[in-house]
Amino acid sequence: MSAQMATNAVLVLVILLNLGMLAVSRLASGVRLFALQSLLLAFLPVAEEMLEGEPLGLHALLIGGGTIAIKVVLVPYVLLRIIRTGEIHREVEPFIGFAASVFFGALLVVGSFAVASRLPLPTPPVSKLIVPVALSTVVLGLLTLVSRLKAITQVLGFLVLENGVFILGLLLLKQTPLLVELGILLDLFVGVFIMAIVVYHIRREFDHMDAHLLDTPKES
Amino acid sequence: MNLVRVVAAIPEAMLILALPPLLLNIAVKIKAWFAGRVGPPWLQPYYELYKLLNKGAVYSKTTTWVFRAGPIVNLAALLTAATLVPVLSPDSLLGFPGDVILLAYLFALGRMFTVLAAMDTGSSFEGMGASREVTFGTMSEPAFFLSLIVLAIATTSLQLSQMVGPHLYEVWHTVGPAMLLVVGALMIVLLTESCRVPVDDPATHLELTMIHEVMVLDHSGPDLAYITYGAALKFLLLGSIMLHAALPHPEWPLWVDAPLRFIELAALAALVGVIESSMARLRLNRVPLLLAAATVLAALAAVLTLTGSMT
Repeated sequence: MSAQMATNAVLVLVILLNLGMLAVSRLASGVRLFALQSLLLAFLPVAEEMLEGEPLGLHALLIGGGTIAIKVVLVPYVLLRIIRTGEIHREVEPFIGFAASVFFGALLVVGSFAVASRLPLPTPPVSKLIVPVALSTVVLGLLTLVSRLKAITQVLGFLVLENGVFILGLLLLKQTPLLVELGILLDLFVGVFIMAIVVYHIRREFDHMDAHLLDTPKES
Repeated sequence: MNLVRVVAAIPEAMLILALPPLLLNIAVKIKAWFAGRVGPPWLQPYYELYKLLNKGAVYSKTTTWVFRAGPIVNLAALLTAATLVPVLSPDSLLGFPGDVILLAYLFALGRMFTVLAAMDTGSSFEGMGASREVTFGTMSEPAFFLSLIVLAIATTSLQLSQMVGPHLYEVWHTVGPAMLLVVGALMIVLLTESCRVPVDDPATHLELTMIHEVMVLDHSGPDLAYITYGAALKFLLLGSIMLHAALPHPEWPLWVDAPLRFIELAALAALVGVIESSMARLRLNRVPLLLAAATVLAALAAVLTLTGSMT
Protein backbone atom coordinates (compact mmCIF):
# COMPACT_ATOMS: atom_id res chain seq x y z
CA MET A 1 0.00 0.00 0.00
CA SER A 2 2.83 2.39 0.78
CA ALA A 3 4.54 1.69 -2.56
CA GLN A 4 1.21 2.53 -4.21
CA MET A 5 1.04 5.79 -2.25
CA ALA A 6 4.62 6.61 -3.22
CA THR A 7 3.87 5.93 -6.89
CA ASN A 8 0.85 8.22 -6.74
CA ALA A 9 2.83 10.93 -4.98
CA VAL A 10 5.55 10.70 -7.62
CA LEU A 11 3.00 10.96 -10.44
CA VAL A 12 1.36 14.03 -8.85
CA LEU A 13 4.81 15.59 -8.43
CA VAL A 14 5.48 14.92 -12.13
CA ILE A 15 2.42 17.01 -13.08
CA LEU A 16 3.51 19.78 -10.71
CA LEU A 17 7.00 19.80 -12.24
CA ASN A 18 5.40 20.05 -15.69
CA LEU A 19 3.43 23.10 -14.62
CA GLY A 20 6.54 24.48 -12.94
CA MET A 21 8.40 24.22 -16.24
CA LEU A 22 5.67 26.35 -17.81
CA ALA A 23 6.05 28.96 -15.08
CA VAL A 24 9.81 29.50 -14.89
CA SER A 25 11.46 32.00 -17.15
CA ARG A 26 15.06 31.01 -16.51
CA LEU A 27 16.15 28.41 -19.05
CA ALA A 28 18.54 26.77 -16.56
CA SER A 29 15.78 26.29 -13.96
CA GLY A 30 13.62 24.68 -16.63
CA VAL A 31 16.39 22.20 -17.45
CA ARG A 32 16.87 21.40 -13.74
CA LEU A 33 13.15 20.81 -13.29
CA PHE A 34 13.27 18.43 -16.25
CA ALA A 35 16.23 16.56 -14.70
CA LEU A 36 14.31 16.25 -11.41
CA GLN A 37 11.24 14.95 -13.25
CA SER A 38 13.30 12.34 -15.08
CA LEU A 39 14.95 11.29 -11.81
CA LEU A 40 11.50 10.72 -10.27
CA LEU A 41 10.39 8.75 -13.31
CA ALA A 42 13.51 6.57 -13.22
CA PHE A 43 12.36 5.06 -9.92
CA LEU A 44 8.89 4.20 -11.22
CA PRO A 45 9.74 0.92 -13.08
CA VAL A 46 11.50 -0.38 -9.96
CA ALA A 47 8.59 0.68 -7.73
CA GLU A 48 6.18 -1.03 -10.09
CA GLU A 49 8.01 -4.36 -9.87
CA MET A 50 8.10 -4.06 -6.09
CA LEU A 51 4.39 -3.28 -6.04
CA GLU A 52 3.60 -6.50 -7.82
CA GLY A 53 5.69 -8.41 -5.32
CA GLU A 54 8.21 -9.72 -7.78
CA PRO A 55 11.96 -9.94 -7.42
CA LEU A 56 13.75 -7.05 -9.04
CA GLY A 57 14.23 -7.84 -12.69
CA LEU A 58 17.13 -6.81 -14.87
CA HIS A 59 14.62 -5.17 -17.19
CA ALA A 60 13.36 -2.58 -14.67
CA LEU A 61 16.84 -1.85 -13.36
CA LEU A 62 18.20 -1.31 -16.88
CA ILE A 63 15.36 1.06 -17.78
CA GLY A 64 15.82 3.00 -14.54
CA GLY A 65 19.60 3.12 -14.88
CA GLY A 66 19.41 4.12 -18.56
CA THR A 67 16.95 6.91 -17.74
CA ILE A 68 19.21 8.29 -15.02
CA ALA A 69 22.29 8.10 -17.21
CA ILE A 70 20.74 9.79 -20.23
CA LYS A 71 17.92 12.03 -19.04
CA VAL A 72 19.19 13.03 -15.61
CA VAL A 73 22.91 13.40 -16.32
CA LEU A 74 23.77 13.58 -20.00
CA VAL A 75 20.95 15.62 -21.59
CA PRO A 76 20.75 18.28 -18.82
CA TYR A 77 24.54 18.57 -18.92
CA VAL A 78 24.49 19.22 -22.67
CA LEU A 79 21.62 21.72 -22.38
CA LEU A 80 23.13 23.60 -19.42
CA ARG A 81 26.39 23.82 -21.34
CA ILE A 82 24.64 25.37 -24.34
CA ILE A 83 22.87 27.85 -22.06
CA ARG A 84 26.13 28.77 -20.37
CA THR A 85 28.02 29.33 -23.61
CA GLY A 86 25.03 30.82 -25.44
CA GLU A 87 24.71 33.73 -23.01
CA ILE A 88 20.95 33.52 -23.20
CA HIS A 89 19.45 32.77 -19.82
CA ARG A 90 15.83 33.82 -19.98
CA GLU A 91 12.75 33.26 -22.04
CA VAL A 92 11.90 36.91 -22.57
CA GLU A 93 8.67 37.15 -24.50
CA PRO A 94 6.91 33.81 -24.89
CA PHE A 95 3.95 33.58 -27.28
CA ILE A 96 1.76 32.80 -24.24
CA GLY A 97 2.61 34.53 -20.95
CA PHE A 98 3.75 32.57 -17.91
CA ALA A 99 0.65 32.91 -15.73
CA ALA A 100 -1.58 32.35 -18.77
CA SER A 101 0.31 29.23 -19.82
CA VAL A 102 0.09 27.82 -16.28
CA PHE A 103 -3.69 28.34 -16.34
CA PHE A 104 -3.94 26.88 -19.84
CA GLY A 105 -1.74 23.98 -18.72
CA ALA A 106 -4.04 23.31 -15.77
CA LEU A 107 -7.01 23.20 -18.17
CA LEU A 108 -5.14 20.70 -20.32
CA VAL A 109 -4.45 18.56 -17.23
CA VAL A 110 -8.17 18.56 -16.40
CA GLY A 111 -8.85 17.64 -20.03
CA SER A 112 -6.45 14.71 -19.93
CA PHE A 113 -8.09 13.40 -16.74
CA ALA A 114 -11.45 13.59 -18.51
CA VAL A 115 -10.13 11.77 -21.58
CA ALA A 116 -8.22 9.17 -19.57
CA SER A 117 -11.33 8.10 -17.68
CA ARG A 118 -12.89 7.09 -21.01
CA LEU A 119 -9.96 5.03 -22.30
CA PRO A 120 -10.37 1.28 -21.82
CA LEU A 121 -7.14 -0.51 -20.95
CA PRO A 122 -6.32 -4.15 -21.81
CA THR A 123 -4.63 -4.75 -18.45
CA PRO A 124 -5.48 -2.98 -15.18
CA PRO A 125 -2.77 -0.36 -14.54
CA VAL A 126 -0.66 -0.27 -11.40
CA SER A 127 -2.05 3.14 -10.54
CA LYS A 128 -5.10 4.80 -12.07
CA LEU A 129 -3.06 7.97 -12.30
CA ILE A 130 -0.64 6.62 -14.90
CA VAL A 131 -2.76 7.24 -18.00
CA PRO A 132 -3.96 10.78 -17.12
CA VAL A 133 -0.48 11.80 -15.98
CA ALA A 134 1.09 10.41 -19.15
CA LEU A 135 -1.46 12.23 -21.32
CA SER A 136 -1.04 15.52 -19.48
CA THR A 137 2.75 15.26 -19.64
CA VAL A 138 2.50 14.79 -23.40
CA VAL A 139 0.13 17.75 -23.95
CA LEU A 140 2.06 20.02 -21.57
CA GLY A 141 5.25 19.12 -23.44
CA LEU A 142 3.48 20.07 -26.66
CA LEU A 143 2.32 23.34 -25.08
CA THR A 144 5.90 24.19 -24.13
CA LEU A 145 6.99 23.27 -27.62
CA VAL A 146 4.56 25.62 -29.36
CA SER A 147 4.42 28.53 -26.92
CA ARG A 148 8.09 29.34 -26.41
CA LEU A 149 10.52 31.16 -28.64
CA LYS A 150 13.91 29.93 -27.62
CA ALA A 151 15.26 26.80 -29.24
CA ILE A 152 16.40 25.45 -25.85
CA THR A 153 12.89 25.60 -24.38
CA GLN A 154 11.56 23.88 -27.48
CA VAL A 155 14.07 21.06 -26.97
CA LEU A 156 12.85 20.95 -23.37
CA GLY A 157 9.24 20.62 -24.55
CA PHE A 158 10.26 17.73 -26.80
CA LEU A 159 12.00 16.03 -23.85
CA VAL A 160 8.96 16.45 -21.59
CA LEU A 161 6.81 14.96 -24.35
CA GLU A 162 9.13 11.96 -24.40
CA ASN A 163 8.78 11.66 -20.60
CA GLY A 164 5.03 11.36 -21.15
CA VAL A 165 5.60 8.53 -23.62
CA PHE A 166 7.87 6.90 -21.02
CA ILE A 167 5.13 7.02 -18.36
CA LEU A 168 2.69 5.43 -20.78
CA GLY A 169 5.31 2.77 -21.50
CA LEU A 170 5.29 1.84 -17.80
CA LEU A 171 1.85 0.33 -18.35
CA LEU A 172 3.33 -2.22 -20.67
CA LEU A 173 6.57 -2.84 -18.84
CA LYS A 174 6.04 -6.61 -18.97
CA GLN A 175 5.01 -6.70 -22.59
CA THR A 176 7.46 -4.26 -24.13
CA PRO A 177 10.80 -5.76 -25.02
CA LEU A 178 13.80 -4.02 -23.56
CA LEU A 179 15.11 -3.35 -27.02
CA VAL A 180 12.20 -1.01 -27.87
CA GLU A 181 12.69 1.08 -24.74
CA LEU A 182 16.41 1.34 -25.18
CA GLY A 183 15.76 2.31 -28.78
CA ILE A 184 13.55 5.17 -27.56
CA LEU A 185 16.25 6.35 -25.17
CA LEU A 186 18.82 6.22 -27.96
CA ASP A 187 16.52 8.13 -30.32
CA LEU A 188 16.07 10.75 -27.65
CA PHE A 189 19.78 11.10 -27.12
CA VAL A 190 20.48 11.38 -30.82
CA GLY A 191 17.61 13.88 -31.15
CA VAL A 192 18.96 16.12 -28.42
CA PHE A 193 22.45 15.78 -29.82
CA ILE A 194 21.32 16.95 -33.26
CA MET A 195 19.23 19.76 -31.74
CA ALA A 196 22.23 20.88 -29.71
CA ILE A 197 24.24 21.18 -32.88
CA VAL A 198 21.37 22.99 -34.63
CA VAL A 199 20.99 25.39 -31.71
CA TYR A 200 24.69 26.05 -31.80
CA HIS A 201 24.51 26.86 -35.48
CA ILE A 202 21.43 29.07 -35.14
CA ARG A 203 23.27 31.04 -32.51
CA ARG A 204 26.44 31.33 -34.56
CA GLU A 205 24.61 32.53 -37.64
CA PHE A 206 22.08 34.88 -36.07
CA ASP A 207 23.54 35.78 -32.65
CA HIS A 208 20.41 34.57 -30.87
CA MET A 209 18.31 31.46 -30.41
CA ASP A 210 14.85 32.67 -31.45
CA ALA A 211 13.54 29.79 -33.50
CA HIS A 212 10.48 31.58 -34.87
CA LEU A 213 12.63 33.69 -37.19
CA LEU A 214 13.28 30.48 -39.12
CA ASP A 215 9.61 30.47 -40.14
CA THR A 216 10.11 33.26 -42.64
CA PRO A 217 13.17 32.50 -44.68
CA LYS A 218 14.41 35.33 -46.81
CA GLU A 219 17.11 35.67 -49.35
CA SER A 220 20.18 37.47 -48.28
CA MET B 1 -22.22 17.77 22.41
CA ASN B 2 -21.65 16.94 26.07
CA LEU B 3 -21.56 19.20 29.10
CA VAL B 4 -17.76 19.34 29.27
CA ARG B 5 -17.71 20.66 25.73
CA VAL B 6 -20.24 23.42 26.54
CA VAL B 7 -18.34 24.52 29.63
CA ALA B 8 -15.03 24.37 27.80
CA ALA B 9 -16.41 26.62 25.06
CA ILE B 10 -16.30 29.72 27.28
CA PRO B 11 -12.57 29.70 28.10
CA GLU B 12 -11.93 28.61 24.54
CA ALA B 13 -13.73 31.64 23.14
CA MET B 14 -11.72 33.88 25.47
CA LEU B 15 -8.50 32.22 24.35
CA ILE B 16 -9.42 32.70 20.68
CA LEU B 17 -10.02 36.38 21.39
CA ALA B 18 -6.76 36.76 23.30
CA LEU B 19 -4.43 34.76 21.07
CA PRO B 20 -4.12 36.62 17.73
CA PRO B 21 -1.78 39.49 18.70
CA LEU B 22 0.50 37.06 20.53
CA LEU B 23 0.78 34.84 17.44
CA LEU B 24 1.84 37.69 15.20
CA ASN B 25 4.32 38.76 17.85
CA ILE B 26 5.91 35.31 17.63
CA ALA B 27 6.59 35.99 13.94
CA VAL B 28 8.02 39.42 14.85
CA LYS B 29 10.22 37.85 17.55
CA ILE B 30 11.57 35.25 15.13
CA LYS B 31 12.40 37.97 12.61
CA ALA B 32 14.20 39.92 15.35
CA TRP B 33 16.21 36.85 16.37
CA PHE B 34 17.24 36.28 12.75
CA ALA B 35 18.50 39.86 12.66
CA GLY B 36 20.38 39.39 15.95
CA ARG B 37 18.05 41.58 18.01
CA VAL B 38 15.95 40.73 21.05
CA GLY B 39 12.66 41.95 19.61
CA PRO B 40 9.72 43.57 21.38
CA PRO B 41 8.41 42.17 24.69
CA TRP B 42 5.88 39.34 24.40
CA LEU B 43 2.97 41.56 25.45
CA GLN B 44 3.93 44.53 23.24
CA PRO B 45 1.04 44.14 20.76
CA TYR B 46 -1.44 44.21 23.65
CA TYR B 47 0.10 47.46 24.98
CA GLU B 48 -0.16 48.93 21.51
CA LEU B 49 -3.79 47.93 21.15
CA TYR B 50 -4.52 49.42 24.59
CA LYS B 51 -2.73 52.63 23.66
CA LEU B 52 -4.62 52.96 20.37
CA LEU B 53 -7.97 52.25 22.03
CA ASN B 54 -7.42 55.11 24.46
CA LYS B 55 -6.63 57.60 21.74
CA GLY B 56 -9.12 59.77 19.93
CA ALA B 57 -9.77 59.27 16.23
CA VAL B 58 -9.24 61.91 13.56
CA TYR B 59 -11.61 61.94 10.61
CA SER B 60 -11.07 63.83 7.39
CA LYS B 61 -13.90 66.10 6.23
CA THR B 62 -14.19 64.31 2.90
CA THR B 63 -15.04 60.99 4.53
CA THR B 64 -18.54 59.74 5.17
CA TRP B 65 -20.04 57.09 7.42
CA VAL B 66 -18.54 54.38 5.19
CA PHE B 67 -15.08 55.33 6.40
CA ARG B 68 -16.15 55.02 10.05
CA ALA B 69 -18.04 51.78 9.44
CA GLY B 70 -15.17 50.08 7.58
CA PRO B 71 -13.00 48.91 10.50
CA ILE B 72 -16.03 48.03 12.65
CA VAL B 73 -17.76 45.93 9.97
CA ASN B 74 -14.43 44.25 9.16
CA LEU B 75 -13.84 43.33 12.80
CA ALA B 76 -17.45 42.21 13.28
CA ALA B 77 -17.28 39.97 10.19
CA LEU B 78 -14.05 38.40 11.39
CA LEU B 79 -15.37 37.88 14.92
CA THR B 80 -18.44 36.16 13.49
CA ALA B 81 -16.17 34.04 11.33
CA ALA B 82 -14.22 33.11 14.46
CA THR B 83 -17.30 31.35 15.84
CA LEU B 84 -17.39 29.08 12.77
CA VAL B 85 -13.74 28.02 12.63
CA PRO B 86 -12.38 25.24 14.84
CA VAL B 87 -9.29 26.78 16.42
CA LEU B 88 -8.08 24.96 19.50
CA SER B 89 -10.64 22.17 19.81
CA PRO B 90 -11.96 20.03 16.95
CA ASP B 91 -15.36 21.77 17.21
CA SER B 92 -16.21 25.31 16.25
CA LEU B 93 -18.25 27.37 18.69
CA LEU B 94 -21.37 27.77 16.52
CA GLY B 95 -20.88 25.44 13.58
CA PHE B 96 -23.84 24.31 11.48
CA PRO B 97 -24.08 22.43 8.14
CA GLY B 98 -23.23 24.81 5.33
CA ASP B 99 -21.35 27.25 7.55
CA VAL B 100 -18.39 27.19 5.17
CA ILE B 101 -20.35 29.31 2.69
CA LEU B 102 -21.14 31.88 5.36
CA LEU B 103 -17.46 31.89 6.29
CA ALA B 104 -16.42 32.66 2.72
CA TYR B 105 -18.91 35.52 2.51
CA LEU B 106 -17.88 36.93 5.90
CA PHE B 107 -14.28 37.16 4.71
CA ALA B 108 -15.51 38.83 1.51
CA LEU B 109 -17.69 41.28 3.48
CA GLY B 110 -14.74 42.31 5.67
CA ARG B 111 -12.58 42.84 2.63
CA MET B 112 -15.27 44.83 0.83
CA PHE B 113 -15.72 47.28 3.70
CA THR B 114 -11.96 47.76 4.17
CA VAL B 115 -11.70 48.56 0.47
CA LEU B 116 -14.73 50.88 0.51
CA ALA B 117 -13.36 52.74 3.53
CA ALA B 118 -10.05 53.19 1.72
CA MET B 119 -11.78 54.60 -1.36
CA ASP B 120 -14.00 56.82 0.77
CA THR B 121 -11.01 58.95 1.78
CA GLY B 122 -10.79 60.23 -1.78
CA SER B 123 -7.02 59.72 -1.75
CA SER B 124 -5.64 58.33 -5.00
CA PHE B 125 -2.92 56.62 -2.98
CA GLU B 126 -5.43 54.62 -0.97
CA GLY B 127 -7.34 53.92 -4.16
CA MET B 128 -4.20 52.28 -5.50
CA GLY B 129 -3.92 50.12 -2.39
CA ALA B 130 -7.59 49.17 -2.72
CA SER B 131 -7.06 48.25 -6.35
CA ARG B 132 -4.13 45.99 -5.45
CA GLU B 133 -5.99 44.38 -2.57
CA VAL B 134 -8.95 43.55 -4.78
CA THR B 135 -6.73 42.30 -7.61
CA PHE B 136 -4.96 39.84 -5.34
CA GLY B 137 -8.21 39.03 -3.56
CA THR B 138 -9.87 37.91 -6.78
CA MET B 139 -6.93 35.59 -7.35
CA SER B 140 -6.60 34.13 -3.87
CA GLU B 141 -10.32 33.52 -3.42
CA PRO B 142 -10.57 30.84 -6.16
CA ALA B 143 -7.66 29.01 -4.54
CA PHE B 144 -9.36 29.21 -1.13
CA PHE B 145 -12.74 28.07 -2.45
CA LEU B 146 -11.28 25.22 -4.48
CA SER B 147 -9.38 24.03 -1.40
CA LEU B 148 -12.60 24.09 0.61
CA ILE B 149 -14.36 22.21 -2.21
CA VAL B 150 -11.70 19.48 -2.11
CA LEU B 151 -12.12 19.18 1.66
CA ALA B 152 -15.90 19.05 1.23
CA ILE B 153 -15.68 16.30 -1.39
CA ALA B 154 -13.14 14.29 0.58
CA THR B 155 -15.19 14.36 3.80
CA THR B 156 -18.68 14.63 2.18
CA SER B 157 -19.63 17.42 4.55
CA LEU B 158 -20.28 21.13 4.30
CA GLN B 159 -19.64 21.95 7.94
CA LEU B 160 -16.19 23.36 8.47
CA SER B 161 -15.53 21.54 11.75
CA GLN B 162 -16.38 18.24 10.01
CA MET B 163 -14.44 19.13 6.89
CA VAL B 164 -11.23 19.57 8.84
CA GLY B 165 -12.14 17.22 11.67
CA PRO B 166 -11.02 13.69 12.60
CA HIS B 167 -12.52 12.31 9.34
CA LEU B 168 -9.60 13.80 7.55
CA TYR B 169 -7.36 11.28 9.26
CA GLU B 170 -8.60 8.53 6.92
CA VAL B 171 -8.70 10.90 3.95
CA TRP B 172 -4.97 11.46 4.31
CA HIS B 173 -4.44 7.70 4.07
CA THR B 174 -6.41 7.37 0.84
CA VAL B 175 -5.77 10.61 -1.07
CA GLY B 176 -2.62 11.87 0.66
CA PRO B 177 -1.00 13.56 -2.36
CA ALA B 178 -4.18 15.52 -3.12
CA MET B 179 -4.35 16.70 0.49
CA LEU B 180 -0.73 17.80 0.28
CA LEU B 181 -1.65 19.99 -2.71
CA VAL B 182 -4.55 21.50 -0.75
CA VAL B 183 -2.29 22.32 2.19
CA GLY B 184 0.16 24.00 -0.18
CA ALA B 185 -2.64 26.08 -1.71
CA LEU B 186 -3.99 27.04 1.74
CA MET B 187 -0.51 28.10 2.87
CA ILE B 188 -0.19 30.49 -0.09
CA VAL B 189 -3.70 31.80 0.59
CA LEU B 190 -2.78 32.32 4.25
CA LEU B 191 0.33 34.33 3.35
CA THR B 192 -1.60 36.40 0.81
CA GLU B 193 -4.66 37.13 2.93
CA SER B 194 -2.70 38.04 6.04
CA CYS B 195 -0.34 40.24 3.98
CA ARG B 196 2.85 38.37 4.83
CA VAL B 197 6.09 38.40 2.96
CA PRO B 198 6.07 36.78 -0.45
CA VAL B 199 3.08 39.00 -1.30
CA ASP B 200 3.18 42.01 1.00
CA ASP B 201 5.60 43.18 3.66
CA PRO B 202 3.87 44.14 6.92
CA ALA B 203 6.97 45.93 8.21
CA THR B 204 7.36 48.49 5.43
CA HIS B 205 5.94 51.92 4.90
CA LEU B 206 7.46 52.31 1.46
CA GLU B 207 4.89 53.41 -1.08
CA LEU B 208 5.64 50.84 -3.72
CA THR B 209 5.67 47.79 -1.48
CA MET B 210 2.48 48.35 0.46
CA ILE B 211 -0.82 46.73 -0.31
CA HIS B 212 -2.70 46.39 2.91
CA GLU B 213 -0.89 49.17 4.77
CA VAL B 214 -1.83 51.69 2.09
CA MET B 215 -5.53 51.17 2.64
CA VAL B 216 -5.42 51.88 6.36
CA LEU B 217 -3.18 54.96 6.31
CA ASP B 218 -6.00 57.35 7.20
CA HIS B 219 -7.39 55.34 10.09
CA SER B 220 -6.34 56.38 13.57
CA GLY B 221 -7.00 55.60 17.21
CA PRO B 222 -9.54 52.88 17.99
CA ASP B 223 -10.20 52.28 14.27
CA LEU B 224 -6.55 51.40 13.72
CA ALA B 225 -6.68 49.11 16.76
CA TYR B 226 -9.68 47.28 15.24
CA ILE B 227 -7.83 46.89 11.95
CA THR B 228 -4.60 45.62 13.53
CA TYR B 229 -6.51 43.20 15.72
CA GLY B 230 -8.68 42.11 12.76
CA ALA B 231 -5.61 41.32 10.65
CA ALA B 232 -4.18 39.22 13.50
CA LEU B 233 -7.52 37.43 13.94
CA LYS B 234 -7.67 36.67 10.22
CA PHE B 235 -4.21 35.13 10.44
CA LEU B 236 -5.36 32.97 13.36
CA LEU B 237 -8.51 31.79 11.53
CA LEU B 238 -6.89 30.96 8.19
CA GLY B 239 -3.92 29.45 10.01
CA SER B 240 -6.20 27.16 12.04
CA ILE B 241 -8.05 26.02 8.92
CA MET B 242 -4.74 25.17 7.29
CA LEU B 243 -3.38 23.41 10.39
CA HIS B 244 -6.53 21.37 10.91
CA ALA B 245 -6.37 20.30 7.26
CA ALA B 246 -2.63 19.59 7.38
CA LEU B 247 -2.42 17.75 10.70
CA PRO B 248 -5.72 16.06 11.50
CA HIS B 249 -5.83 14.75 15.05
CA PRO B 250 -7.71 11.56 15.84
CA GLU B 251 -10.28 11.93 18.59
CA TRP B 252 -8.02 12.78 21.47
CA PRO B 253 -9.29 14.16 24.80
CA LEU B 254 -9.57 17.93 24.89
CA TRP B 255 -6.72 18.44 27.36
CA VAL B 256 -4.29 16.82 24.90
CA ASP B 257 -5.82 18.27 21.76
CA ALA B 258 -6.10 21.96 22.63
CA PRO B 259 -2.54 22.54 23.94
CA LEU B 260 -1.17 20.62 20.96
CA ARG B 261 -3.09 22.88 18.57
CA PHE B 262 -1.72 25.91 20.40
CA ILE B 263 1.84 24.63 19.94
CA GLU B 264 1.13 24.02 16.24
CA LEU B 265 -0.25 27.55 15.81
CA ALA B 266 2.87 28.96 17.48
CA ALA B 267 5.01 26.84 15.18
CA LEU B 268 3.07 28.15 12.16
CA ALA B 269 3.66 31.75 13.27
CA ALA B 270 7.35 30.90 13.73
CA LEU B 271 7.40 29.40 10.23
CA VAL B 272 5.95 32.62 8.83
CA GLY B 273 8.70 34.51 10.69
CA VAL B 274 11.34 32.22 9.16
CA ILE B 275 9.87 32.72 5.67
CA GLU B 276 9.92 36.48 6.16
CA SER B 277 13.52 36.44 7.37
CA SER B 278 14.81 34.20 4.62
CA MET B 279 13.16 35.49 1.47
CA ALA B 280 12.39 38.81 -0.15
CA ARG B 281 8.98 40.04 -1.18
CA LEU B 282 8.05 39.04 -4.71
CA ARG B 283 7.97 41.65 -7.42
CA LEU B 284 4.42 42.95 -7.77
CA ASN B 285 3.98 41.47 -11.24
CA ARG B 286 5.21 38.05 -10.11
CA VAL B 287 2.57 37.79 -7.36
CA PRO B 288 -0.23 36.74 -9.78
CA LEU B 289 1.95 33.81 -10.83
CA LEU B 290 2.19 32.68 -7.18
CA LEU B 291 -1.56 32.98 -6.74
CA ALA B 292 -2.17 31.20 -10.05
CA ALA B 293 0.06 28.43 -8.71
CA ALA B 294 -2.10 28.19 -5.58
CA THR B 295 -5.26 27.98 -7.71
CA VAL B 296 -3.70 25.34 -9.92
CA LEU B 297 -2.61 23.28 -6.89
CA ALA B 298 -6.14 23.36 -5.50
CA ALA B 299 -7.69 22.63 -8.92
CA LEU B 300 -5.39 19.66 -9.41
CA ALA B 301 -6.34 18.34 -5.97
CA ALA B 302 -10.02 18.77 -6.89
CA VAL B 303 -9.51 16.79 -10.10
CA LEU B 304 -7.64 14.05 -8.23
CA THR B 305 -10.34 13.65 -5.58
CA LEU B 306 -13.24 13.99 -8.04
CA THR B 307 -11.99 11.36 -10.46
CA GLY B 308 -11.07 9.11 -7.55
CA SER B 309 -7.91 8.09 -9.34
CA MET B 310 -5.77 7.85 -6.24
CA THR B 311 -6.94 4.42 -5.10
